[in-house]
Amino acid sequence: MGGDRGSTWFLTVLAAVAVLVPVLNQVVPASSAFHLSAYGITLIGKYLCYGMLALALDLIWGYCGILSLGHAAFFALGGYAMGMYLMRQIGPRGVYGNPILPDFMVFLNYKALPWFWYGFNHFPYALLMMMLAPALLALVFGWFAFRSRVTGVYFSIITQALTYALMLAFFRNDMGFGGNNGFTDFKDILGFDLHSDRVHVVLLVITAAALAASYMACRVIVESRAGRVIRAIRDAESRTRFLGYPVESYKVELFVFSALIAGIAGALYVPQIGIINPSEFAPINSIEAVIWVAVGGRGTLYGAIVGAILVNYAKTYLTGAFPEIWLYALGALFVLVTIFLPRGIIGLVSARVKHK
Amino acid sequence: MQRLPRGGQWLLALLLALASVFPVSGGQSPNDASFLATLGELREASYSDKASIAERLGQTGHPSVRAVLTALLQDRLYFRNSDQKVFIVKAADADPLNLIDPISLKDAGTASADALTQIGTNNGLRSTLRTIVAHFALASPDAAVRLDAVREMSRSLDDANVALLRQRLSAETNSGVRKEINIGLALAALDGSDSKARLEAIATLSQSVEQDVRNRLALLLDKAPDGSFAESDPKVRQAAAAAVQTIDQWRSFYSGIETLFFGLSVGSVLVLIAIGLSITFGVMGVINMAHGELMMLGAYTTYVVQTAMPGHIGISILVAIPAAFIVAGLTGVAMERTIIRFLYGRPLETLLATFGVSLILQQTVRSIFSALNRSVVTPDWMSGELRLNGALGITYNRLYIVIFTLIVFSLILLVLKRTRIGLDIRAVSQNRAMAKAMGIRTEWVDAMTFGLGSGIAGVAGVALSQLTNVGPNLGQSYIIDSFLVVVFGGVGNLWGSLIGGMSMGIVNQLLEPYAGAVLAKIFVLVGLILFIQARPLGLFPQTGRAAEDK
Repeated sequence: MGGDRGSTWFLTVLAAVAVLVPVLNQVVPASSAFHLSAYGITLIGKYLCYGMLALALDLIWGYCGILSLGHAAFFALGGYAMGMYLMRQIGPRGVYGNPILPDFMVFLNYKALPWFWYGFNHFPYALLMMMLAPALLALVFGWFAFRSRVTGVYFSIITQALTYALMLAFFRNDMGFGGNNGFTDFKDILGFDLHSDRVHVVLLVITAAALAASYMACRVIVESRAGRVIRAIRDAESRTRFLGYPVESYKVELFVFSALIAGIAGALYVPQIGIINPSEFAPINSIEAVIWVAVGGRGTLYGAIVGAILVNYAKTYLTGAFPEIWLYALGALFVLVTIFLPRGIIGLVSARVKHK
Repeated sequence: MQRLPRGGQWLLALLLALASVFPVSGGQSPNDASFLATLGELREASYSDKASIAERLGQTGHPSVRAVLTALLQDRLYFRNSDQKVFIVKAADADPLNLIDPISLKDAGTASADALTQIGTNNGLRSTLRTIVAHFALASPDAAVRLDAVREMSRSLDDANVALLRQRLSAETNSGVRKEINIGLALAALDGSDSKARLEAIATLSQSVEQDVRNRLALLLDKAPDGSFAESDPKVRQAAAAAVQTIDQWRSFYSGIETLFFGLSVGSVLVLIAIGLSITFGVMGVINMAHGELMMLGAYTTYVVQTAMPGHIGISILVAIPAAFIVAGLTGVAMERTIIRFLYGRPLETLLATFGVSLILQQTVRSIFSALNRSVVTPDWMSGELRLNGALGITYNRLYIVIFTLIVFSLILLVLKRTRIGLDIRAVSQNRAMAKAMGIRTEWVDAMTFGLGSGIAGVAGVALSQLTNVGPNLGQSYIIDSFLVVVFGGVGNLWGSLIGGMSMGIVNQLLEPYAGAVLAKIFVLVGLILFIQARPLGLFPQTGRAAEDK
């Protein structure tokens, strides 16, 4: 099976990145041409987080045919949970020096901490929420949507509306999530200074490990018996249901697991980037994530991650060099990939390999 | 408020009453020279002198008195520094200023603002002027002008005004004006000493819905710090309290209607967008994510048409409707021919590809027109509002949009039910293979359907350009709402789109005052998710074989 060879390749490259990046940044002197700057680390860390989001999407889209146009919502929720922890860590070092309330709350005349902020000063609780918040939303939403058999484009539209509504909600100042400024100015995480390169290198290694772990978990799922049922649902939903499989449960569970991965990705993203705000909920983000998967090739897992990294590298390059062109390029990518590359780059490559 | 001396007031009332009994018409030709001379005195007079000059001007009975005094009231009366001649200025903020001759009321060229001096007014003078102008207006043959005059006079009810209103009441034939005069007189009667008259006045006033009347009645219920009431008679107080309550009820009823109408107009835009979406979605199973951008193209077409014909704003919007239909429709056909036809049967891929198109269209518009918002001028015949009474006013642009939506809706219905292409479209949507077997060129029908749906999006853009600014992000802000409308109403059903869109608009407007715009949207979304639990295929689901395939 091609998947195994791809997995080996992918995990090897990922391990190489996890080893090389710290070496290139910490050991190689800054004067050397091979030195990796702090900016470079942040960029690679960001790509890996996006890779995790793409992985989460591919699991449901590529294997179960569920196209979510709101997956960035789960990513952002995880990010917000991490952001809340980091905000509480600032403590009295904020501009207003309030030991309990984050700066924006002092600014907005909050008298006390809202109840949903309790406990976020403890990392284990925050960690739990990073996973629980997206998973819970996915559970409630998925349960409602799949139970009433909302499928196909209907589901895509509803998920898009979901992330749009969340964006509007988080933009509100009185939600208690910092309004349109979101959270920023983080100081440290678990006592380690977020401004030091070394902490960023460690975060990147953790991200790579999380990506590898979630990749393997997804791989296990899709190779299992349950994975076959899931693929059966993608190819012939009604038939699977008639064979006696509880289609809705499979879908909801898979959707929740996918949201969980997306949430963790978001939680890892925030300390590396240093900001989280409601624009992360924007529908365009979710749709961009879908195109990463499509470009890489869906239904392969590693293809999605490769797609995420390639498209984002192109984005970084193009928005820097030709800001006007980026949207044209992204638009053209959508059109060309769907028409000419239905199986993505991986499909193209594996076709070549087979020909030999 | 500065009042005229008593004697002057009576004299004025008398003369103006005469003027109203013998309306000044073009046939008479009073002495232009003396009018001009009196007018000239305004240049250096003090404010109190200006008031008496204004009275004297009123007495000349010259045909242009009203225009001149109105101009003075609105600070549009100037004199030229070079020859001290007095002119009316068309709009005080224009540059250069457009002059109007005060005698002939014809255009008298232009002058820069530096060459002119404004004839100033103060509060006292303006209130005097308002009364004089109102008196003139009371004699106008136009009932609407008389109505405004009565309202104006009701705001400053002195003896002279009351006498005039009473006099006018006997001559007045228009029922609306009579009602307004009665209300004015009743307001005046509230100050009288006879409590029976006050009771009657309250009975009259309770039929009004004006905020001013309500506030005046509420004043009667006020308690002074020493415990005494502003109104001494408890019976009158009771009647006043009841009247205030009645008025409040009517006002909240009318504001309910206003909200409803507002919702309808917002819903109309959603309907226009959703109809187009529904046609392409229902007939071809294609989700067109670029639909919002096609609408944006329509809005920009309106802007371009308007820029191309600056002298004819009123007509430009009518030209823009077919133009927008063609621009958006052709774009749609091009999309269908080059992209979508390769993706039939793959709805999720179509969604992504059309999303790509939407990005390209957005960036194209941004490159051509810049990212800044463009504003489309609302033509005169669409601005202003239809005032139905003191509590209910309907703005014309919203009214026209509702009407326009209904027209477009009927036309689409007609096309689909009564024309050959409509028959083909319905046939293909019901059973593509069978339609093909019967000799229908399905490819051509697909292109036409997509063109039709896209064209309607363009037309929706024209309507939208009258409500908001035109910018590259215009499409995105409406598209999610209209998708929800389609899901709510049921795919491929025009009636579903109509009812879905209107009810979404109304529900949004009803929730907004209580929950705010954002929470209202969230409630609508949550409500919709719950709704599709009960009816997964929307209000009007497709039935039959076509539905089972999807």
